[in-house]
Amino acid sequence: MWLKTLLTVSPAAAASVPKQGRTKWCLWLASIMVVMGLGQLLGISPVDSLQAAEVVAQGSAEVLKGAPELAAADYPRVGNSSSRAVVWILAQMHLFFAAFVLAVPLFVVVIEWVGVKTGDARYDDMAHEFMKVSMTAYSITALFGGTLAFALFLLYPDFMGYMLEVFGSQVLVYALLFFLESAILYMYYYSWYALRYGNAKYVHLSLGLLLNVVGTTLLVIANAWATFMMAPSGVDANGAVTGDIWEIIRGPLWNPVNLHRFIANIAFGGAIVGAYAAYKFLSGRSNTEKAHYDWMGYTSNFIAVLSFLPLPFAGYWLMAEVYAYSQQMGITAMGGILAWLFIVQAVLIGTILLASNYYLWSGMSRTEGSYRYKWLVKYIAIVLTGGFLVWVTPHTLILSAKEVAALGGSHHHLLGPLGIMPAKNIAVNLMLIVTFLSFQLYRRSDKVATVSWAPAGNALMVAIYVIAVVNVIFAGVYYGYFTNTVYKVGSSVMQVVSTLVVIVAGVVIDGMMYKGAKKLPSEWGKVSNRSQYALFALPVAFTWLMALMGYVRSSVRGSWHVYTVMKDSSPDNFIPAIGYAGNMMTIVTVMFLLCVLFVFWIASLSSTKQIPPDSQ
Amino acid sequence: MGTLPKVLGFSLALTLVFTVTANLLPQVEGEPPKEEKVDLGALTMDSFIALGESAFNGKGTCTLCHNNLGRAPDLLEMNVGEAAKERLADSRYQGKASDIEGYLRESMTDPSIYVVAGFGKKGSNDTESPMPAVDKKPIELSAVQIDAIIAFLQSKDGNEVTVALPTEAAVEDSEPTGTVAATPAVAAAATVEEAIAKYGCSACHSVYDTESPVGPDLRDVGSRLGEEEIRQSIIDPAAVIAEGFPAIMPANFAERMTVKELGLLVQGLAAMQ
Ligand code: HEC
Ligand code: HEC
Repeated sequence: MWLKTLLTVSPAAAASVPKQGRTKWCLWLASIMVVMGLGQLLGISPVDSLQAAEVVAQGSAEVLKGAPELAAADYPRVGNSSSRAVVWILAQMHLFFAAFVLAVPLFVVVIEWVGVKTGDARYDDMAHEFMKVSMTAYSITALFGGTLAFALFLLYPDFMGYMLEVFGSQVLVYALLFFLESAILYMYYYSWYALRYGNAKYVHLSLGLLLNVVGTTLLVIANAWATFMMAPSGVDANGAVTGDIWEIIRGPLWNPVNLHRFIANIAFGGAIVGAYAAYKFLSGRSNTEKAHYDWMGYTSNFIAVLSFLPLPFAGYWLMAEVYAYSQQMGITAMGGILAWLFIVQAVLIGTILLASNYYLWSGMSRTEGSYRYKWLVKYIAIVLTGGFLVWVTPHTLILSAKEVAALGGSHHHLLGPLGIMPAKNIAVNLMLIVTFLSFQLYRRSDKVATVSWAPAGNALMVAIYVIAVVNVIFAGVYYGYFTNTVYKVGSSVMQVVSTLVVIVAGVVIDGMMYKGAKKLPSEWGKVSNRSQYALFALPVAFTWLMALMGYVRSSVRGSWHVYTVMKDSSPDNFIPAIGYAGNMMTIVTVMFLLCVLFVFWIASLSSTKQIPPDSQ
Repeated sequence: MGTLPKVLGFSLALTLVFTVTANLLPQVEGEPPKEEKVDLGALTMDSFIALGESAFNGKGTCTLCHNNLGRAPDLLEMNVGEAAKERLADSRYQGKASDIEGYLRESMTDPSIYVVAGFGKKGSNDTESPMPAVDKKPIELSAVQIDAIIAFLQSKDGNEVTVALPTEAAVEDSEPTGTVAATPAVAAAATVEEAIAKYGCSACHSVYDTESPVGPDLRDVGSRLGEEEIRQSIIDPAAVIAEGFPAIMPANFAERMTVKELGLLVQGLAAMQ
């Protein structure tokens, strides 16, 4: 489809670019077409393969009567180990690395492109260095992916058999795409310096683009498996396939999860490379080295935080779709036994916001111009801490044993306000708004606006902030305490919109106001060592947060492999308590951190050259 | 200290904070719904209602939505019988039910047929209920459980319970332990076997060919206790508690049994050696 669009658009586009640019365009297009052609040869054009899968799925519909019904004895066990724990760890490790390696090329291509546009070679070097880090991670991803598949087939053979029957050759498409992804990835990385200048650079950029197209397709294909398990579509009540593969893939939660994971991956990837930069900064010796890694760390943090800010909104959408699909599932996630977990989530997001704000404030030391805004920092800090405290305070900390017992299955009346969380919604939105303020102040700190309407622009900006804050508080109080809406999730839309308006307006106004602004001197590398720890706090919290959200996403299914279609009769078919889950999350986070350190080490090893012994 | 240990230490400490937070919270596990095996022959209206209550709170997950948070009508708080009459009289009512029992059953198995004003799915203008049909997946209540819930809902506000106790024929997979359905008005038992079935002794005791670990095995009770002791165990179970067992045997058998039945039982049990 998109190939067709590209082809029909191209003549017009080609006509509108100047002559010299035209050859560039053609080269670029040609290279895309060559690769697409290869794909066609191998039979992996997205359109064809979907149709092929469709045929297979329809064929199997006659055979497949429904999902198998299992008893506890049907689950092979290895020794006394909990099969769920094994799969949990392997799946989480695979997902961490997959998220990382899919995300890095996304922003690397953008940075590479910025390098071409600005002609600043530093961007190109940085993009290449980011890729270097993600290359070792790629092999680890595949390694864990393979082990995970093995473990799943070993420990949950009937479940996997059912999934394979349902998804049929879609899985083959996935495997093929995976090979394609590997091939393009290696081509992209190793041709970096071979295709660095002139037209060749565009070939390289196209490779990067293609890499991301394939990578994102991989992501959404794999998402379909997870969302099918939560909200199956294209099958009847017994699990027999009734629809084509497209209906199976496009369940009600597929797109919300796609968006949520796509954004979250970028934030996660940015945070990880940020830690890499911080590590290199701390162990760096020379000033140029420090300056380079300070800048790299800043950029990573910028990527991480910018993609983190819209994440709660993607989360709202996902939760709203969950509620629409099954109110029961929505309540299980937001107001049932899982409700407590949102306190942990608050601690994590609080950590992320505090760390990124702290990093921005510390970064103000890079330029003298920041003295103009320093006075605001303490107010931002107050709002942040206040918001954080409101957010993590549960309405009651002490539950009697009886109350805890009552929680199982039923909803606790003391927990109710947590499920609705009007006060907490106010706090979160205010925290997001002031975080954006920190960011905006930081961006302004080394510039002086020269446009004539600067005072008016500033006044407008201040007004937008004030209105947004008032709106957030009003909406929270009004909807939270004075109306009785069944759908509290939808009621915070007003707050969300206010926050978004601030962010968009801030970007637009500053973009225009600081066009051609006077630059004040600022110096990369002039930042405290302590600030770098914020860049470690970020990935640690992100990793843990991802693990936590995975726990919720899987738990809402309750005792079902595929919700309403295939029962989970294994000994692990209950929702584990948050403490046990937390320990699992810590295990995977620490494992991941160690692997990441290994990746960093390998990355710096590749650029270390031993001095020949005779030259000493 | 080198950079590596510092960074590692910092990261681990932070992870620890999250771990501790998670462990400080109340620890609740989400158990999968447990199928309680119900011995239909042993069922009385009271235990039937109790069964309904436990299905309401447990397997049915009704309290997830039906609570005081405004997600759904607060069934426990309101008088369900009165509400049902109002719904049936509502001009919007399109269903087939004509009495309270019918309305309740319909609400459970076909929730969208009538949606209580203000509780419909968002955007559906109260034409579509967010409540899942409880006889379908994922809740999957059996017909007996649905009846039991209706009995519970009717009885909790002192309304008349109109559902009949289930007969064994209604449920294929229940173990037949007696020949007649045990309704409170059932005729007096004529044999020991019938009496045991009627009063549901086998729910707690191993007797004849059914097993239950709750109370002592009755198949050899005659070798342990004399007639008088057996009589006392039935009339006043709390008087002597058999060692190693909980004192949960119902104390009201004396009121419920006919004299003849008690005599039958005592003799019959004493003969079990
Ligand atoms: C996912 C949430 C949810 C669950 C779980 C749920 N219900 Fe409901 N129920 C509702 C909502 C919302 C309504 C009101 C809309 C309607 O009339 O369908 C309702 C309505 C009812 C009514 C009609 C009440 C009236 O005022 O007329 C009855 C009776 C009922 N439910 C019984 C049950 C029982 C019994 C269970 C458990 C087996 C149950 N529900 C589980 C959400 C739920
Ligand atoms: C709710 C479970 C329950 C039911 C129903 C029940 N019992 Fe029991 N029964 C027990 C338990 C527990 C004990 C042991 C504790 C005690 O002595 O009270 C017991 C003890 C006894 C004993 C004394 C046995 C011994 O070895 O000491 C006799 C006799 C007896 N039951 C007879 C009956 C008969 C007859 C019925 C039916 C009419 C009946 N029980 C119904 C739970 C039950």
